[in-house]
Amino acid sequence: MDGIHDLGGMNGFGAVEVERNEPVFHERWERRAFGLNLLGLAVLRAYNIHEYRHAVERLEPAHYLAASYYERWFTAVASLLVEKGVVTRAELERRAGGRVPLARPSVTVGAPAPRPEAAARFAVGDRVRVRDGRTQGHTRAPRYVRGKRGVVVRVAPSFLLPDVAGHGARAPHEQTYQVEFAASALWANEGRPGDTVVVDLWESYLETDA
Amino acid sequence: MSDPRQPKTAAPIAARVDALEGALTDAGLVPEGYLDEATAPAEDALSPRNGARVVARAWTDPAYRARLLGDGARACAELGYGLPYEESIVILENTETVHHAIVCTQCSCTAWSLLGLPPDWYKSPEYRARLVREPRALLREMGLDLPESVRVKIWDTSGETRYMVLPLRPAGTEGWSEEQLAAIVTREAMIGVARVTVG
Repeated sequence: MDGIHDLGGMNGFGAVEVERNEPVFHERWERRAFGLNLLGLAVLRAYNIHEYRHAVERLEPAHYLAASYYERWFTAVASLLVEKGVVTRAELERRAGGRVPLARPSVTVGAPAPRPEAAARFAVGDRVRVRDGRTQGHTRAPRYVRGKRGVVVRVAPSFLLPDVAGHGARAPHEQTYQVEFAASALWANEGRPGDTVVVDLWESYLETDA
Repeated sequence: MSDPRQPKTAAPIAARVDALEGALTDAGLVPEGYLDEATAPAEDALSPRNGARVVARAWTDPAYRARLLGDGARACAELGYGLPYEESIVILENTETVHHAIVCTQCSCTAWSLLGLPPDWYKSPEYRARLVREPRALLREMGLDLPESVRVKIWDTSGETRYMVLPLRPAGTEGWSEEQLAAIVTREAMIGVARVTVG
């Protein structure tokens, strides 16, 4: 989905603040939120990591930007557990003594599962183009490479296809690749010659650049 | 119109987290002690000290360095790092002519086993938005001014493969032990936003 999470290349953001000697967790609730996600994933198995990522992406955009990292975790986890029927929003709000904002519902059941290929379709050095696979569901192809041309620099392992797994459907494993794009191909005259960006992409995101 | 960022009636975040934990606990869905045990590695075993030890070994043992660049997972396993969260890892070697840096533009993926849970700056919208588009300006702001002669290569962790930068070994560390070297390797250097420096 073309969501607020897909930040690569957006303008208007300011300085990056680095906190010296930053603790792993700043507050107790951050650690609990982290643990509740591990619980949902590994113990309750209520959802998979791809559904979790999609739930974060479905946060109200303004909430997404205003929330801290672990608040986003919490809202996504709470949303999934409500959607899956493990807890109810009413109970959470009664216990919390106030409103519990949740993610917006998914607007699609996701992509159909493509037939898995028998072998990797691309090799190192192949010229590829990123398909315009825009979807209102989950995907891991960032907007800024859509339609862009690059070169395969590494054939990586096969992994579950997020576009299917992110909607809780049975997903195929699919070949992934590291694809290198010239900065000038992505950002026109802003990109410095010689500088590049490497993006990790699933095979069905790519086509041969004829 | 209400501001969705600050819903007037939204409970404080700590109360919301307690509410979920309480609901799940009362439903018998949280094994005794689970939340403490499952999160303990985040403040212990998952640490950038692991990556620093891998870097120090690579700096002092050319054969290890070659193995690390060839098969990162196997070379990390040699030092006892099993990479339970990383099914695919690539070590990116900085040279005098190529500088690597890592980002995750869509969330905040990193190699937890080697770099620890990511710091807030890595997870910030500012870093995620800007690094792929204006790497030199952003790195300069963060204190890393790269010469024109160096090519910048940004790795967006958009899939399941994880990355760690093998920084340049600083001058003035000849004859140092692995332990001494590991002590000066920072998480920032292994993400690619800083150099390793002496003193």
